[in-house]
Amino acid sequence: MVENQRWLDILAHITLILGVVVVAFPVYIAFIASTHHPVEFMSGMMPLLPGDNMVNTYTEVLSGGVRAQMTVPLTLMLTNSLIMALSIAIGKIVISILSAFAIVYFRFPFRMTAFWMIFITLMLPVEVRIVPTFKVVADLGLLNSYAGLSIPLIASATATFLFRQVFLTIPDELMEAARIDGAGPMKFFRDILLPLSRTNIAALFVILFIYGWNQYLWPILVTTDADFYTIVAGIKRMADVVDSEPLWNFIMATAVLAMLPPVLVVIFMQRLFVKGLVETEK
Amino acid sequence: MQTKRTIFRSRGLPYLLLAPQLAITIIFFLWPAGQAVWQSFLREDAFGLKTSFVGLANYTRLFHSPDYLNAMQVTLVFAVSTAALAMILSLLLAVAVDRLIRASRWYTTLLVWPYAVAPAVAGILWWFIFNPTIGIMPYVLASVGISWNHLLDKGDAMLLVIVAAAWKQVSYNFLFFVAGLQSIPASLREAAAIDGAGPVKRFFTITLPLLSPTTFFLLVVNVVYTLFDTFPVIDATTEGGPAQATNTLVYKVYMDGFVGLDLGSSAAQSVVLMAIVISLTVVQFRFVERRVTY
Repeated sequence: MVENQRWLDILAHITLILGVVVVAFPVYIAFIASTHHPVEFMSGMMPLLPGDNMVNTYTEVLSGGVRAQMTVPLTLMLTNSLIMALSIAIGKIVISILSAFAIVYFRFPFRMTAFWMIFITLMLPVEVRIVPTFKVVADLGLLNSYAGLSIPLIASATATFLFRQVFLTIPDELMEAARIDGAGPMKFFRDILLPLSRTNIAALFVILFIYGWNQYLWPILVTTDADFYTIVAGIKRMADVVDSEPLWNFIMATAVLAMLPPVLVVIFMQRLFVKGLVETEK
Repeated sequence: MQTKRTIFRSRGLPYLLLAPQLAITIIFFLWPAGQAVWQSFLREDAFGLKTSFVGLANYTRLFHSPDYLNAMQVTLVFAVSTAALAMILSLLLAVAVDRLIRASRWYTTLLVWPYAVAPAVAGILWWFIFNPTIGIMPYVLASVGISWNHLLDKGDAMLLVIVAAAWKQVSYNFLFFVAGLQSIPASLREAAAIDGAGPVKRFFTITLPLLSPTTFFLLVVNVVYTLFDTFPVIDATTEGGPAQATNTLVYKVYMDGFVGLDLGSSAAQSVVLMAIVISLTVVQFRFVERRVTY
């Protein structure tokens, strides 16, 4: 640093510690709430220290006990979320890397048209075309299915641009050498392009997994059958109990379980996560 | 458009490679978007038996509807406040982390994870904290004489959604601000220090101006985020209430389309939203510094 001012360092530490506390506070409260008995919330004051009901709460929500007021056990919702997140992440990567390969390594009529069509998807988030998209999915008979949950979300302009960018930085000589050695386009793609874009694929996967896992609006539209509920969309349905005080410990346990997988991904793959975040924005 | 010097020659293969992406784009993006535009000119009668072409009537009705104008105002207040809150907090944290060398990695890890929390879950968490009957914040606020009830008070409801939406966005902004700060050459700050500028002055005359590309980029991203990605936050906390105080444009499209079943109006609202996204995308691509070095 420019100069050695002790008080500035201390101020920086204080700011950061406060920041960390504020950021962690809601999650801490949620976790605490999930460790208490439901009756303890009746007193009107939320406890601030862990209770002794943690094992009970989590076993009950995971197995879907009657008292938890749930139609399906959380293990099923977690599985559904996992299937949806993986299909979206893998689907986006596969179709984007193929289209980027076509756009960069071939010249063909309507290449620009294809490029612009993919580009336009950037400007059409689900939120702006909710009703007609729902109608298309309903007409195709995809409501209440894993296909309906994932396929409409897997077109991706960002991922296509990212792979295009990556391919453009790969030296032409590699491709010339491959052609001289008699490799066809698909062999070149599999043996040279895929290995060279491995870290980009991994970084993108981290971002897309989080994106897929956290979907909310789309799942609440296309799933009415409890067997296809995802956990993020399911919490709201649990919290909306009519006529009675919500069972806070169960709802908060669900919230904790819903955020655990993507948060662990970010913490343990922080380098890939940051790389993916920066790359997908450009 | 840029391509390779040498290319593969094949007639059918490129189309085959593009087919899945284009099929999904056409079926789930372009076709529905076209439908929305077409439907915005139609009106269904009360029984859904007859649909007639009404020209721009849906749009005129929309822009004369006090509810819609209210939603626009709500969206504006919400987007600006969320972006401001999230950006100021994250800039503060980023500047602090930038000062420290050894501890910065730990703090970064502890600050970035909320990015992974779903907006719906973020909404649920804050909704619980601010719950008027058992939440911890109303209790604390009551002890200093402030009464809190976001179920009844419009301002409280707006504050709740702003806090929940901003909380989730801080980690994202933080990462980009840290990257932006690190790309500012240390020599500039050193030169200013030699000339006798103190830390506060250095921040406002050197760091902040040099950070403006990052700031502008984040401003656009944050506005896009609050406009389109905060539907779950609102649905999980206030559901647009009380008295439409948190009914944003996106939430209204959903409510009018799926709950109110007013398809013509919902389609017209979709088209207005499309226009907003398109202009924001143009801004993002034309004016945002795209070669910021991270």
